[in-house]
Amino acid sequence: MANHTATRELAPVLPVAWRRPAWWRGLVRFCRRKPLGAAGAFIMAAIVVTALFADVLATSDPIATEAARTLAPPDAAHWLGSDHLGRDIYSRIVHGARISLIVGVTSTLIGSVLGGIIGLLSGYAGGKTDLVTQRVLDILQGLPLLVLALVMSASLGPSVQNVIVAISIPIIPRAARIVRSSVLSIREMQYVEAARALGLQHLRIAFRHVLPNTVGPFIVLCTAQLGSAILVEAALSFLGLGVPEPYPSWGRMLSVSAAEYAQKAPHLVLFPGLAISLAVFGSNLLGDALRDTLDPRLRGG
Amino acid sequence: MKTYLVQRLTIALLTLFGMSVVIFVLLRLAPGDIVDILFSTAGYVDPDARRTIMRELGIDRPLVVQYGEWIWQILHGDLGKSYRYDLPAWEIIRPLLPVTLELALLSLVVAVCLGVPTGVVSAVRQDSALDYVLRVVSLAGLSMPSFWLGMVIILGLVAWLGWIPPMTYVPPTENFRLNAIQFLLPALAVGYRSSALIMRITRSSVLEVLREDYIRTARAKGQRPRVVVWRHAFRNAMLPVVTVIGIEFAFLIGGLIVTESVFNLPGVARFLVEAILWRDYPMVQNLVMFIAIVVILSNLAVDMLYGFLDPRVRYG
Repeated sequence: MANHTATRELAPVLPVAWRRPAWWRGLVRFCRRKPLGAAGAFIMAAIVVTALFADVLATSDPIATEAARTLAPPDAAHWLGSDHLGRDIYSRIVHGARISLIVGVTSTLIGSVLGGIIGLLSGYAGGKTDLVTQRVLDILQGLPLLVLALVMSASLGPSVQNVIVAISIPIIPRAARIVRSSVLSIREMQYVEAARALGLQHLRIAFRHVLPNTVGPFIVLCTAQLGSAILVEAALSFLGLGVPEPYPSWGRMLSVSAAEYAQKAPHLVLFPGLAISLAVFGSNLLGDALRDTLDPRLRGG
Repeated sequence: MKTYLVQRLTIALLTLFGMSVVIFVLLRLAPGDIVDILFSTAGYVDPDARRTIMRELGIDRPLVVQYGEWIWQILHGDLGKSYRYDLPAWEIIRPLLPVTLELALLSLVVAVCLGVPTGVVSAVRQDSALDYVLRVVSLAGLSMPSFWLGMVIILGLVAWLGWIPPMTYVPPTENFRLNAIQFLLPALAVGYRSSALIMRITRSSVLEVLREDYIRTARAKGQRPRVVVWRHAFRNAMLPVVTVIGIEFAFLIGGLIVTESVFNLPGVARFLVEAILWRDYPMVQNLVMFIAIVVILSNLAVDMLYGFLDPRVRYG
């Protein structure tokens, strides 16, 4: 602590050559240029920490019921009150961060990676392959994300894995579109032509030379999809088609049973919803800032 | 123009065909069927009775036959029969349609009225405090689950006004005012979310147009700023916005699914959830197919609209 204040006082006297490490300067620059993005990164970091250390941060067992505390309002021991079964809402929200993040991140990654590969190959191949792939993707994209996820998770049955599958499939066409469009322009670049002239195999060119240049849009895509994946998980669980009961999921905490008690105990509805909104808000803020930084062409949207 | 139209229609029909296959197959991946659910309370199920019911419902035949029959029926305007209600599907869906349509239109109006002006203002005042506030507010709209927002609106009304909005559906013919209030709340919840998307597109599109030469010319000749923004920039910036509005209209249905449940409105979207939980194949199939048709038609409409709005777009 003392050391820290000392460096701050000394800073102006230090020679110019003395600098903080490059990543630190990059971070400071990002925070200064994109304060909203930095706020988003902070929110996401906080949620990741919450999910990692849920066992330490939770004040009681998230699935332990306590009949005496049914619908109890917030107090000193139970910061956010208790639900209709007397379970501690704060601890449930802390543990719920795990489910939301696991489902959100894995389904985003699976959907984006699969979609990315399809987009890469389809964009690189061009011609008839591209045309057919695009039409097939049209079919998958023609339904609202939630409708497709709803039908899928209903037919697969409620379990964490199935929810992940149900959310990741609708992401595939969206990811494929974005990666494809950047592949289309990269494909025409001279260095790709040079690689072809050298006689490299197509797959090698696609994965070694084209793929690395789509990383920017890909990261942007992932952050943007993460928010909607978390929202879809919440909606599915809300409808009872998402993460099954023993797991504390934010969406399920809001489900119909909670709505019934909402007027007697508004904290039942308020806090899980705030948790969802905060997580999605954080990833949206971060995604926007990353998009502006990594890909100036994609401004807006 | 004609060849373009034919081309677009062919693609649309092909997509619809693909969607019908996807929907059909997806619904049959499910373990268990309506017979299991019908008998689930009965305990022991007589295999003979089971077979009879399966034959009656027509789900004992090969999938290809079932699919063919479904498409054949749809092409003849027959939406089949609901397993659960033992009624023609169309009779069940028909009274639900106006509810969903009213809600979707109202939400869209809310979304456009909120999204377009804030987007323009935010672009004109780029990087000002107002711009930041508007952007954060709109991003918050994208981040809140609309069903939760709906619950919070109801809770807020109860807490501050001590008034509970009517929770049973009132048809507009019966009491127009009550109906309007009843629909306005969920429309606000759903529309806020869509308005965020529209606002973002409007903002970036106006920003782009404001950098064009003819805007500089308009400013240079001393045109008032308001006229430059609303007459010169706004009109040209609206193209991408129209696209998003068209796409949003179809995708609003996604938001309606949960919102209709929260506000207890007897619409198509809420019924879809019920039908899914009941594994009522014909109902789910037809409802999802209906959504697919709406999506494709609105995409087609947007494409056509483009030609009218932008003379540079020529259908080749």
